[in-house]
Amino acid sequence: MSTSVIQAGPAATAGPAPSPRIRRRTGQGRKWLEIGLFAGPALIVFLAFVILPVVLAAVYSFFNWNGLTPLERFIGFDNYVRALTDPLFLKGIGNNFTILVASVLVQGPIAIAVALLLNRRMRGRGLIRALIFVPYVLAEVVAGLSWKLLLSPRGGVNAVLESIGLGDLAQPWLANPDIALWVMFGILSWKYLGFAILLMLAGLQGVPAELTEAAQLDGAGWWRIQWHITLPLIAPTIRIWVFLSMIGSLQLFDMVWVTTRGGPVGATNTMAVYMIQYGQTQPGFGSAVAVILFLISLAVALVYQRFALRRDLAGATTSGVR
Amino acid sequence: MNTRRMTRAAAGAAAAALAVGALAGCSGSSEPDPTGTGGGENVTITWWHNATSDPLQGLWADVAKEFEDAHPGVTVEVTGYQNEELQRTLIPNALQSGDAPDVFMVWPGGEVRAQVEAGHLKDLTEVAADSIAELGGTVKPWEVDGKQYALPFTFGIEGFWYNTELFEQAGITGTPETLPELNDAVEKLRAAGAEPIAVGAGDLWPAGHWWYQFALAACSTETLQTAIPALDFTDPCWVEAGELLQDFVATNPFQSGFLASSGQQGADSSAGLIANGVAGMELMGHWNAGTIGSLTADGVVPEFLGWFPFPSVPGTAGDPTITMGGGDGFGVYKDAPDEAVELLKYIMSADVQKRFAATGAGIPTHPEAADSVTDPNLKAIAEGLAESSFVQLWLDSALGPEFGTPLNQAVVNLMGGQGTPEDIVKTLEDTAASL
Repeated sequence: MSTSVIQAGPAATAGPAPSPRIRRRTGQGRKWLEIGLFAGPALIVFLAFVILPVVLAAVYSFFNWNGLTPLERFIGFDNYVRALTDPLFLKGIGNNFTILVASVLVQGPIAIAVALLLNRRMRGRGLIRALIFVPYVLAEVVAGLSWKLLLSPRGGVNAVLESIGLGDLAQPWLANPDIALWVMFGILSWKYLGFAILLMLAGLQGVPAELTEAAQLDGAGWWRIQWHITLPLIAPTIRIWVFLSMIGSLQLFDMVWVTTRGGPVGATNTMAVYMIQYGQTQPGFGSAVAVILFLISLAVALVYQRFALRRDLAGATTSGVR
Repeated sequence: MNTRRMTRAAAGAAAAALAVGALAGCSGSSEPDPTGTGGGENVTITWWHNATSDPLQGLWADVAKEFEDAHPGVTVEVTGYQNEELQRTLIPNALQSGDAPDVFMVWPGGEVRAQVEAGHLKDLTEVAADSIAELGGTVKPWEVDGKQYALPFTFGIEGFWYNTELFEQAGITGTPETLPELNDAVEKLRAAGAEPIAVGAGDLWPAGHWWYQFALAACSTETLQTAIPALDFTDPCWVEAGELLQDFVATNPFQSGFLASSGQQGADSSAGLIANGVAGMELMGHWNAGTIGSLTADGVVPEFLGWFPFPSVPGTAGDPTITMGGGDGFGVYKDAPDEAVELLKYIMSADVQKRFAATGAGIPTHPEAADSVTDPNLKAIAEGLAESSFVQLWLDSALGPEFGTPLNQAVVNLMGGQGTPEDIVKTLEDTAASL
């Protein structure tokens, strides 16, 4: 951006010239002390609250354990076999991936379109931006309970449908196993679209106006400008949003728990909901489910990083490629 | 470390951190709680119960205060938690951490057995012998291998909570005593424009109870008494229970959208539908009057509420005089100070039990308190309990903590048309095999 060039000027002249390193050489010790002081606390927290639980869950997952007794009944991979042969859990994995794909394919284009629209100067833009963002700010439980009441067979949605003469469309939205997952997806889209739009809008702020102006002067139409200039420039934002959306879809829990608890008849079950329902009285088994969820999420995250985010995180996971 | 390597490490860590969020759910957060350890004069006793609203919450607070007054130097820290949260998360975590409450809620049957086998509960057989003798037969479900590990302060049986006004409007005379009469009542309520029966299948367990009741009807008392401890489900009556339920579900007796309804939360839960007069009846435990009362506009138990026991099922092996029920008990942590046992004895004393009965919150276990029950529905339940030839403990409690979710899910699958009676039995067998 143009402003960054200006900032560089005064920074170089203000204050005394940076002195060449005159630090006394006290050997490597000083360097390691610095690294330790800066990275140590974060590293300890990371190890204690991220790595250690992962390792513990992996350990628990090999035991038949009800959470009350000592860990003593080692059963190898039995918990994993049980989870991966349970149709309900497999359905949960399928639901997670359905939500993942649908989120990316449906929410992404809508978010980009709305962001492009809101990026223009128009009356009430601030209000619309705020309104779109409201669902995301609402607490998950509040939003979930509201939807649960609205979508109940005796709830507001059916009442509205009946009052406008569309009573035939009224149905138990969250209680019909055939449509419950798509209703859930609708709720999730309502909730998270605001976040996607916000990210896209932020990305659009970084698109220099000069480029679009230049393209306009060269005679490019609106569509052409968006397709060839705006989209490529906000691609890093889109890729990061897809990443966040995928991870969120795989770990989907709270909205489902509040509205359906994975029902009806497992129609909206997800891996995390299954883990809580079946893992609570059998933490050993629950840990196995958690490890499976972890491995699936990690695999998806790494594959995505390797192939999609490599341009944004050059060298992070792709050293040697470039 | 060069920049490239640092970036790589950071990105890898970030990926792991995102992926790992899910694991937190299983890593268990232990609730910090100050536990009383007998240190000379001053003793603090921690007491966890499941009453989160008055009148019971207030009563327990009073009881704690009175105990403190009668025992100088003793402090009782009493807290009420939501029932399932308490039993499934807080207590197991506290027991596991070794920093457990001194007196806490204990569920009967397989639940108390699991805690006893892990060595967490104090044997009360000797130290509370008088209380055990006073309470009589209702203490049995909290007995493990002939020893007493917790004492119930309330015990009741399950039945139908119904709307007497809706029944009258639908032209139903008396209450259904047999399954055909229940079917008849369902038809009449449907014709009168009411939802006949409310069930919170979204919570799984309220649906599970329907299968439990049909299992009681299908199986002989002897089968129940031998098969459940042995976890042997080969008797054909277990399949028959599912068939009976399947036939009953085919009559379309439940409210629209019952598969997603919750049992106790909100106006659209099964209890809420009874409270606001939408549904005619609900199969539920003895605590239901309080739940329904809390869901009415004025917070008062509705006048129209009535109770009748589960109807008998003609042509089945089950004894129609057996009932299903359960209760709430308190146990004492193995390392708790002696005062904790004294507190438990005080909670179970005739005086406290009479006051408990008078609140209308439940049916007391102390025989002397029986006359203090004033609520007509609770009286009907107490009568039904007294007339039972045998009270089967809730099947999920009796079988053990691991059975609840899989069994109830299998029942909901059947009710949702996606499971068979045989699937339920297979679920039971698979769960038993996984123990």
